[in-house]
Amino acid sequence: MTTTALPHPTRRLTPAPPPGDLLDTPKFPKSVKRYLGNSQLRANLRHATGTIRAKRARVTAELSNWEQLRQAGEAIKNRTARHLDVYLEQLEANLIANGAQVHWASTAAEANRIVVDLVKAKGVSEVVKVKSMVTQEIELNEALEAAGVAAWETDLAELIVQLGHDRPSHILVPAIHRNRSEVREIFLQEMKLYGRAAPKDLSDNPPDLAGAARAHLREKFMRAKVGISGANFMVADSGTLVVVESEGNGRMCLTLPETLISVVGIEKTVPTLEDLEVFLQLLPRSSTGERMNPYTSMWTGVTPGDGPQEVHVVLVDNGRTKVLADPIGRQALRCIRCSACMNICPVYERVGGHAYGSVYPGPIGAILTPQLRGTASAIDQSLPYASSLCGACADVCPVRIPIPELLVHMRHRVVEERKRKHPGLERTIMKVGGWIMGRGSRFGAVEKLAGKARGILRKDKLGPMPWPASPWTNARDLPLPPAQSFRDWWKSGQADNPFVSSQPAEEARP
Amino acid sequence: MSASSQKVVALFATCISDLMYPNTPKAVVALLERLGCRVEFPTAQTCCGQMFTNTGYYPEALGSVRAYVRAFSKYEHIVAPSGSCVGSVREQHPMLAASSRDKGLQRAVEEVVARTWDITEFLTDVLQVEDVGAYFPHKVTYHPTCHSVRVAKVGDRPYRLLNKVRGLTLLPLEDSDQCCGFGGTFSIKNPDMSTAMATAKARHVANSGAEYLVTADNACLMNIGGVLSRGRSGVKTIHLAEILATTEPEE
Amino acid sequence: MSKSDILARIRNSLIDVTQDDPVLDVPVDWQYGQATAVAEPIELFIERVIDYKATVVRAASEKDVPRLVAEGLAQAQATSLVVPAGVDPAWVAQAAQAGVELVQDDPPLSHQRLNEISAVITASVVGMAETGTIALDHRGDQGRRELSLVPDMHVCVIRTDQIVTDVPQAMARLAPSLRQHQPVTWISGPSATSDIELSRVEGVHGPRTLHVIVVG
Repeated sequence: MTTTALPHPTRRLTPAPPPGDLLDTPKFPKSVKRYLGNSQLRANLRHATGTIRAKRARVTAELSNWEQLRQAGEAIKNRTARHLDVYLEQLEANLIANGAQVHWASTAAEANRIVVDLVKAKGVSEVVKVKSMVTQEIELNEALEAAGVAAWETDLAELIVQLGHDRPSHILVPAIHRNRSEVREIFLQEMKLYGRAAPKDLSDNPPDLAGAARAHLREKFMRAKVGISGANFMVADSGTLVVVESEGNGRMCLTLPETLISVVGIEKTVPTLEDLEVFLQLLPRSSTGERMNPYTSMWTGVTPGDGPQEVHVVLVDNGRTKVLADPIGRQALRCIRCSACMNICPVYERVGGHAYGSVYPGPIGAILTPQLRGTASAIDQSLPYASSLCGACADVCPVRIPIPELLVHMRHRVVEERKRKHPGLERTIMKVGGWIMGRGSRFGAVEKLAGKARGILRKDKLGPMPWPASPWTNARDLPLPPAQSFRDWWKSGQADNPFVSSQPAEEARP
Repeated sequence: MSASSQKVVALFATCISDLMYPNTPKAVVALLERLGCRVEFPTAQTCCGQMFTNTGYYPEALGSVRAYVRAFSKYEHIVAPSGSCVGSVREQHPMLAASSRDKGLQRAVEEVVARTWDITEFLTDVLQVEDVGAYFPHKVTYHPTCHSVRVAKVGDRPYRLLNKVRGLTLLPLEDSDQCCGFGGTFSIKNPDMSTAMATAKARHVANSGAEYLVTADNACLMNIGGVLSRGRSGVKTIHLAEILATTEPEE
Repeated sequence: MSKSDILARIRNSLIDVTQDDPVLDVPVDWQYGQATAVAEPIELFIERVIDYKATVVRAASEKDVPRLVAEGLAQAQATSLVVPAGVDPAWVAQAAQAGVELVQDDPPLSHQRLNEISAVITASVVGMAETGTIALDHRGDQGRRELSLVPDMHVCVIRTDQIVTDVPQAMARLAPSLRQHQPVTWISGPSATSDIELSRVEGVHGPRTLHVIVVG
């Protein structure tokens, strides 16, 4: 691995992310080709997802009421989504009553403008950030950079990604695609450019790497005047925000600065404080596979004499109300960003998050991203197809999002939208196929025709073939149908059933 | 068994078995007849329509839904040798019927879906047999296909049936719960990913030491079998129904 | 106005929802605040806290606390200790005699000053056995949030009558504090990360040593 050289170290305040826009990511199968070729990446991912899968399985099995918890989580989130207007107004009133200032943002641009204005009003040139998916979604860091404010990620993995001029590839472990020696390299090269340098004799031991991050960030925490966070949950009936984390960087950002700005998607609302007992069991066990994450912070507006005395909450829509309009698609808004679906996914495991061209990768990304962004781009049209529909994701989802069902639903939406613009070859094939399968007699006739292939080709299977058979035959043989279909055999009187004479007909299968 | 109490079973052969693997439905016929059922094959049947539905083409799948209703409405027991096709009938046909806004079709689908069984469920739950009198003196490993487990939800039924087969040795399969990468049109639309998954599955199968790979779904078997065949692994593939239908040769 | 726009879009998106009462519209089949089946909550709590690589010692009674505090600090070679105003002065008397510098948060300590202090001592409000979690609501005997965050060692005293079975019972105990706008912090072991190859490392930004004294 080599980190990209910093193009203009003096002009930028923070390391530049990779060039280009996520929306310009090529369609999924193309990216797959590229990332499958990276054996280091595959090894890193396989190790990481394998470890976390096993941990999740172990700690969820510990709770005898796990299924009831999932059902409760699903119901609470459905209740919230179906009455979101009521809960948001209640949340706002409680936040204001407790000294917080509430802002509403319809779009990413509006949310960024609100945050930039708030930060500029404080006259600071630097902020510290808690890991937050929504601020990635709206690309807040770049908006702050453009306004002359350095936004520092403080989660260890986010720091690795930021210093590595990289993008996150996982919502929980954003640097899951990096191994320890890559991390060491990044820290040695980059830390010194932006603050306290990594020790010259830094090893690639995770504790030493974590120690370097602690020292590097401590000085930033000590002087930060403004902290920026997201929230895992916002409680409507009390105005309480909740951040679930591991390292303590969240607590640092939430308590040390004078001003705290929390940017939160509107779907993060839950109705009551009591509802937290469900989610604070579901989330840690599903995400890091621990009984409980090391730190959970809950705060309600401003606490006199404790923590930030100026507290803002920016409520972000950015496409969520559009998702809400689709009664099937809106189930994706239940997501609590645990990442269990990507950890279990055999597709994600092989290519990682970058192939998905979205801050939300994996199965949840494949159903959420095309809903949030629409399906105009090549990547967004291909995301619902980035799954074999094996269903492992739905089994582990703590809020029971039927991900395969939503993938199929989104495929239908893609097809319907494309249909209006240009019909295409695929649709013709599907139409003809649909016509054939509309009658048993038609399918029977096709079978008769197909049954002649062996005789004509004088073989019973196909090896590597040109397109359109190549996607299949490049790696696997394709058996040719036997001369007589079952239908034909049945109609012609069912003579000589090989299983009646107890001779297994294994030879018939190439 | 008297003629009046004899169960009449309508066989839903599924398109892939009908066309590519006729021995599987033949095995179902032999097995169910041996267990005292009368088997019928309504020729109006076609397929479950999954290849259309799962690619996003709902109207194109409706022909299959209607054909299914036409073929099977009058039967009390409908049995198919595929968890995936049964799963599609159960989970997708009602959704497709609803999308058609044809109330009559919705009602008909609802009724026929409730009488549709995967072969393993029909054996253990309706006929209430686990020992079907099969004999298969080979080492086999079983891949519990995704849709059998997660959509049709057949649970441990295939294992219970396999464990009662005389002469059979069931060997464990590493990462057995991982998808083989078939996924219908996924294998064409995402060929590189599909191949990577199928290759991993085939490697675990080859490492299991089995002579046969068994599944209860011929689509997955075709996928994994294609890789095994290309790699000249020597491992043969066989549908679970074919094992259950095989009995000890009479002297 | 984005607020009215967003609310209007939400209402337009939810035209399929006809029941106005959220509770009637979507029933939640869950009994809140219930204890879970844990045979020996105190033993389990201790086991689970140790699981997170925290150190746990037991005090038979309140009288043992001063000694255990002093021993814990000595083991960690802590030389200074922040003492929130509401902490029982008896708890830290022996440590002080042993030479540990006691620091009061009055007037409030600066971040920098706090960063130079080795340890902090706090009481707590509830412990969760199933998850090995301690919750603070940052009242007088726990101090403001920063105090239990910046020093590298956290000595935390919890009474056995504060230990409940699991998260639901704990939430029920904490809800009144939250409704009175107290911040609440849940602590499950020392700070940790698994961000590098999913291998767990204890101690990143929060206290790297969590020393728990269970009283009773």
